[in-house]
Amino acid sequence: MLTDDEKRRIEAELDKYERKETAYLEALKILQECRRWISDEGIKDLAVLLNMTPDELDAIAAFYPFIFRKPVGRHIIFICDSVSCWIMGYEGILDHIMSRLGIGLAETSADGKFTLLPVSCIGMCDHAPALMIDRELHLDVRMENIDRILESYE
Amino acid sequence: MEKPLTGHIRRGEMLGIEEYEKMGGYLALRKALHGMSPQDILAEVKASNLRGRGGAGFPTGMKWSFVPADGRSAGPKYLISNSDEMEPGTFKDRVIMEGNPHLMIEGMIIGSYAVQADIAYIFLRWAYVQSSTRLERALAEAYEKKYLGRNILGSGYGLEMRIHTSAGRYICGEETALLNALEGRRGIPRSKPPYPQLSGLWGKPAVVNNAETFANVPHIILNGADWYKGLSRSKDGGTKIYGISGKVRKPGWWELPMGTTLRELLEEHAGGMQSGFTFRGALPGGGSTDFITADHLDTRMDFDSLSRVGSRLGTGIVIVLDDMTCPVGMVLNLTRFFARESCGWCTPCWAGLQWAEEILDRIEKGAGRPDDLDLLAFHCRMLAPGHTYCAHAPGAMEPVQSALKYFREDFERHIRERKCPFKNRR
Repeated sequence: MLTDDEKRRIEAELDKYERKETAYLEALKILQECRRWISDEGIKDLAVLLNMTPDELDAIAAFYPFIFRKPVGRHIIFICDSVSCWIMGYEGILDHIMSRLGIGLAETSADGKFTLLPVSCIGMCDHAPALMIDRELHLDVRMENIDRILESYE
Repeated sequence: MEKPLTGHIRRGEMLGIEEYEKMGGYLALRKALHGMSPQDILAEVKASNLRGRGGAGFPTGMKWSFVPADGRSAGPKYLISNSDEMEPGTFKDRVIMEGNPHLMIEGMIIGSYAVQADIAYIFLRWAYVQSSTRLERALAEAYEKKYLGRNILGSGYGLEMRIHTSAGRYICGEETALLNALEGRRGIPRSKPPYPQLSGLWGKPAVVNNAETFANVPHIILNGADWYKGLSRSKDGGTKIYGISGKVRKPGWWELPMGTTLRELLEEHAGGMQSGFTFRGALPGGGSTDFITADHLDTRMDFDSLSRVGSRLGTGIVIVLDDMTCPVGMVLNLTRFFARESCGWCTPCWAGLQWAEEILDRIEKGAGRPDDLDLLAFHCRMLAPGHTYCAHAPGAMEPVQSALKYFREDFERHIRERKCPFKNRR
């Protein structure tokens, strides 16, 4: 069941558009904000409100990488692995993060703090290598700064 | 030098509506609504030679003219800004959306009036958090000042504008995939025809243009097509936001006359290569354009000049390959991107790109086979335009086919020496 708060927020979003279909993704994103990730239960709950079958909604949710269908940590590190960041050495940054957190890509650290995900070009190529943690950008990332960046998250 | 797109931008903050108006903002909209018919606007934009800035370079005025001009009885018409910037190596639309969002919005309103659209959407990339915040503010300001909503500036014309923030996937930048995504479906491309101008969103006419394209429109309307064409150093009108990334001294973006040479961009604006690195080649307009080499440095960065040397202007944002970076590794990185971002709808694309990635991966790792280069060339042919629903796979093959042409010796060395000769060179 959606909570009253979830329902209220999602319905407000659906009302913003001429056709509610435009807000399906936004509805998923709101639920994700509330629950951190979208479980099978979440798909079923939301499908009722959107008047769809759970399968229909899951087909949409599964298509978009920013909708998480598996549990994630408190913070998500999106590391850009596209061409400019590759040229500028993102792989060294990635290796450092993986060994420091003891996880691989698409994994969550044992303390539940960080999930590490690759992300396609985030348009910060003039400041490569670049990464995002949650909604915050970190640009021109250097090896010596990574630990400090990670430590700044609770 | 005139910089209509970015001249007013202060790096780090956005222009609010009052500042934008002081600099002549929304005067073009007043001029359009109070003295010009939709046909006048179409004629002016056609005369300006404005070509789409998203990559394909389709003439904007012509694109708009395909929207049926009949009355509104047929139901709503839509206009959409493709603000889903995600081409690898590209960072230009965010410059406008973060720095001067009203310029894009004003261009969208004028474009909407020209095609008599009822509803406009900004299709925005989820990762562009700052663009989102600033566009939200700009939209609220524009509604407040009655540049949006019913009866804009007393003209009788009305338009609603909304932001749709996506949730990832490169393919959503393909216009028919974008339309599916806006309809709340999986963002997969559609077979064309019908073209979106006839049957776009929910079966109604829709026109999709790139964010930078819209930013040109107010200036064309305010100053005229001849002034606009005069800004350019080539046949295509206007200025262009160019940019460079890679091992150059000052990676960044600059608004320059359309038709500026790659040499000027690299040497004068980006300060040349970093010390210890030599220019070997470049993708002139994002990850899905063909390589050009040092022989092409004096090529003008415009649509026709770059296609004459076998590449494309694309987004106009350059990725530089230096002599310490492995061209096979670079092409592998790009192919991996395109394979991952394939929507999975048509088989040549999802299967072909994964296969191409596997071949490149084993060559890079030193396990390449003697016939692998022929196999890659086969993929370049079989994923060329005409074999797939959309331009995703053909675009992915552009850097591969041109790397095979210009850097063949590097591929052969990988296979012959059973290792990447660039490992440990950096």
